[in-house]
Amino acid sequence: MNTQAQYLKAIYLTQQQEDGPASTGDVADMLDVSPASANEMIGKLEDRGLLNHEKYKGVDLTDDGITQARDALQNYCIIERFLIEVLEVEEFRAEAKQLEGVIDETVAERLDTIIDREPQCPDCFDPEGDVCGLLEVEAEVTSD
Amino acid sequence: MSLTQPVVSDHQLARLLQIGIVLEEVVEARSAKHAEETSGEHDQAILDLLEHAELESAEHRRQLEDLIDDLEADTVPFEEIEMLVEAQYEADKDFDGVLYDQLCNEETAYKFYDDLIEAIEASDVTFTIDRERLLDVLSEIREDEAEGVEDVTDLMEDHQ
Repeated sequence: MNTQAQYLKAIYLTQQQEDGPASTGDVADMLDVSPASANEMIGKLEDRGLLNHEKYKGVDLTDDGITQARDALQNYCIIERFLIEVLEVEEFRAEAKQLEGVIDETVAERLDTIIDREPQCPDCFDPEGDVCGLLEVEAEVTSD
Repeated sequence: MSLTQPVVSDHQLARLLQIGIVLEEVVEARSAKHAEETSGEHDQAILDLLEHAELESAEHRRQLEDLIDDLEADTVPFEEIEMLVEAQYEADKDFDGVLYDQLCNEETAYKFYDDLIEAIEASDVTFTIDRERLLDVLSEIREDEAEGVEDVTDLMEDHQ
């Protein structure tokens, strides 16, 4: 996954939480970047036809943007599940965030062959918990 | 244009090498499983390819384990991954055919090492492990994976 994918995922999740357009401030907060950086990237994504941005209203993903965002979210879910189920990483959220910028979707697909993932993925993702909603209990791992 | 992000720490490098080990173990286990389940159904060239893939992945795993050892991180036991591959193998309907699966294996591994090398080269971090040695090992493995893609592609063309 790359920076573009991380932005699309963050916008998708923010839109889900807001049930409407996402403010650039909320997107910046989710990605822990400055509002200026978020604005710059949002401009690029708009040029690529992945979202529409209206001042004072916020950001709305296009159909192409939603498709790519859902793929990115699915990759993220695979990385999280892999870290939890296979490597038993306690700090899986923080590590998944770091790894999603380096792990490509083809690699994620291979990791997916050895984890248990529900067919409804990524719809079961819980943005507030930052983890698959079906994994809350299993996420209580004890070793790294 | 590449958008891969740089490796940020020894810890993350170790984690990525662990993922490399797991990918190699998946190839190793799946190749062995394919060979076991299809012997007699395929010609010798395909069985040779599977055996070569299995041995090569085991060698790559050992090379990665040497690196990870220097970072004082743990490897991922092969038996553990073999069990996971075994558990999911029957249910896996996405990869149609032995050669196609092998092609996915080789292409995925190539992509992984290519991205990893790029992410290390883009990093300012001074790793505990010697950077030159690290990049030499990873580049050598990437080269093997590129050859692997060619070998599978050639065999696929021969079987058309």
